[in-house]
Amino acid sequence: MNDTPISRAANATPPTVARKIKGLSDRAIAWIFVGPTIFLLLAINIFPLIWTINLSFTNFRANRLNREVEYVGLRNYERILTDSDIWLNMQATAHFLFWTIFFQVVIGFTLAYLINKKFKGNDLWTTIIVLPMMLSPAVVGNFWKFLYQPQIGLFNYIIAFFTGKEPSSFEMLGSVDLAPWSIVIVDTWMWTPFVMLICLAGLRSIPDYIYEAAEVDRASKLRQFFTITIPMILPFLMLAILFRGIENFKMFDLVVQLTGGGPGSTTELTSINLKREAFEKWRTGYASAYAIILFVTVFGLASIYVKALNKVKER
Amino acid sequence: MKHYKLTSVSAASIAIASMGASAQAEDLTLCWAAWDPANALVELSKEFEAQSGHTMSFEFIPWPNFADRMLNELNSGGKLCDLLIGDSQWIGGGAENGHYVKLNDFFDAENISMNDFADATVYAYSTWPKGTENYYALPAMGDANGWFYRKDWFERDDIKAAFQEATGRALAEPKTQKEMLEIAQFFQGREIDGQTVYGAAIFTERGSEGITMGVTSALYPWGFKYENTPGKYDMEGAVNSAEAVEALEFYKEFYKTATPPGYTNSYMGESLDAFKSGQVAMAMNWFAFFPGLYADPNTGGDKIDFFVNPPQNQAGSTLGGQGISVIAYSDKQDAALEYIKWFANPEVQQKWWDLGGYSAHKAVLEDPGFVDSAPFAGDFLEAMGAVQDFWQEPAYAELLLAMQKRIHDYVVADQGTAQEALDKLIEDWTETFEDEGKL
Repeated sequence: MNDTPISRAANATPPTVARKIKGLSDRAIAWIFVGPTIFLLLAINIFPLIWTINLSFTNFRANRLNREVEYVGLRNYERILTDSDIWLNMQATAHFLFWTIFFQVVIGFTLAYLINKKFKGNDLWTTIIVLPMMLSPAVVGNFWKFLYQPQIGLFNYIIAFFTGKEPSSFEMLGSVDLAPWSIVIVDTWMWTPFVMLICLAGLRSIPDYIYEAAEVDRASKLRQFFTITIPMILPFLMLAILFRGIENFKMFDLVVQLTGGGPGSTTELTSINLKREAFEKWRTGYASAYAIILFVTVFGLASIYVKALNKVKER
Repeated sequence: MKHYKLTSVSAASIAIASMGASAQAEDLTLCWAAWDPANALVELSKEFEAQSGHTMSFEFIPWPNFADRMLNELNSGGKLCDLLIGDSQWIGGGAENGHYVKLNDFFDAENISMNDFADATVYAYSTWPKGTENYYALPAMGDANGWFYRKDWFERDDIKAAFQEATGRALAEPKTQKEMLEIAQFFQGREIDGQTVYGAAIFTERGSEGITMGVTSALYPWGFKYENTPGKYDMEGAVNSAEAVEALEFYKEFYKTATPPGYTNSYMGESLDAFKSGQVAMAMNWFAFFPGLYADPNTGGDKIDFFVNPPQNQAGSTLGGQGISVIAYSDKQDAALEYIKWFANPEVQQKWWDLGGYSAHKAVLEDPGFVDSAPFAGDFLEAMGAVQDFWQEPAYAELLLAMQKRIHDYVVADQGTAQEALDKLIEDWTETFEDEGKL
């Protein structure tokens, strides 16, 4: 028998917990702890998903329980994918996603870069900038609705001051051209601080010695920015884009408060359209197919994106 | 000891007796929208509480959420409401989905005759299928879309002269839809007492039913019909007739040239606000609000007057109003039916009108003094004589949202033509009726 330090340590290790409880192996105990969670996950996530897939092939309506449910094959999917109005909603969603993320990343990063510089009162500025993010989207929607009001809204007066136009001569929420931008502006105002905070965390995680080494090598500030700051903060930026992308794909309350999807259907995002189909028109089967299509779209895009994010992190 | 026993027995008897009494007295919950007439009903119902021993609770939901909230309640078989004053369009779904108790036997047993109520209201609020004598509600609140205007502005000499000069005719309540537009355009952007005012507040709301209720106020007077043959769902040539196209173009012109800026998503509340704040010369809204408007200290009284939705090719008003139904899921149906019986009483109906509710009982409406009983009473009677309602099908919500979208796309968002909007509407409605198995 070897009497080495390792074997002495091994012998000193107490027997596993399972051996103290009669008849229960480690695996059984693990199942006792993990089982309820797995059951809840199955009940709350997986079962509804499977049920939704099942409903998507039917003409079921949740408000007509006494009506016979028929399987309609792929008809719901075919209707959705060939409906030009739904494609317009998809376009509106894509427009909203692209521009909100673009502005939030550009402005959020810029703010983080500025706040990261040590100056008097930067903590106060950080707090002030972060405030919009703390508000409820419904409150923000109502608040901006008044700001955009053509006759009394402050926003119109500010634009009128700079352009020389009459404040009531343009309608941010009522114009087909301006309404999508009015939502982009509000969402950017509200959620840029979130991107800023993530970028700030990224910037503060870059060790000072890397910049000091660059200074020794006489690298210019611009060179330092592109070869140190940007590559090292890129994973943080991509994470911010992922979070904001998923959140904005689900955007509902803010838009409902601001425009209700109008004028016409100009700002009717897929989430609003889906809610109308499911809980106003009560076309449950159709709405289930719609939800599955959106789920596959988001899941597919997010998977590709996460792979890219992991590659960037590995570099 | 004997005395003690006697006391105990007496106390027990009293307790049992009082338990018996309380078992018969119910607490009924009546659900409706939160608006002026609901407050009047609370006042009125105190008499029922005193007479019956039942107590009344009320669940009033703001209009924008009323349909969502109540239809969810009904669809889930909820027991929140024992009585519901539900919108006229819900009657088909309420009957077919088993939400409402059928009232025929009750009416027969209690000698409540539907002939005692205005025909249009019985047809619209109570019956399903249409044209049959199957009753699922008692007409509770007659209503239609009407108009009110700034009488004080219309009577000012400077404004009258300017209007005469601009149009060649005297400024007065409009007799046609086109006259109404002309008046609205005259006021649009005009300065009165140092304030810029606008023509009229009309309905343009996108989310629920607003723009449909507004545009049908133009469509019906032009002769719009949902079907060529009632009950056949043959919409081609009716929904998109030349008259319907003209009416829709008219509504768009009205919106574009005679409404306040930013008036893109407006319904009842916005219309009242625009009028009460002195922004507009005229406004459309439901008669239900007229008592409150007349009582307004700033813009009511002698400053306001009312008119029925003007005809064009024919008379026509958009129907509002509701019937009162007993909910099939209620455990207190007997007490709820007692309320219906009490409410159907002509004397109660008269008090209902006096308090600001709109009775549909002929004893009230046909009383010789009715027309002079309020400044809007005559207009209300006239409006109810020519009302039309939206589809009352079980799938009404789907039909309504399709119309909301097509009309808003054309009128507010400037997309396509009136003809295209109505053609697409027929496509949407055809798909719905096909899904329903009716086409």
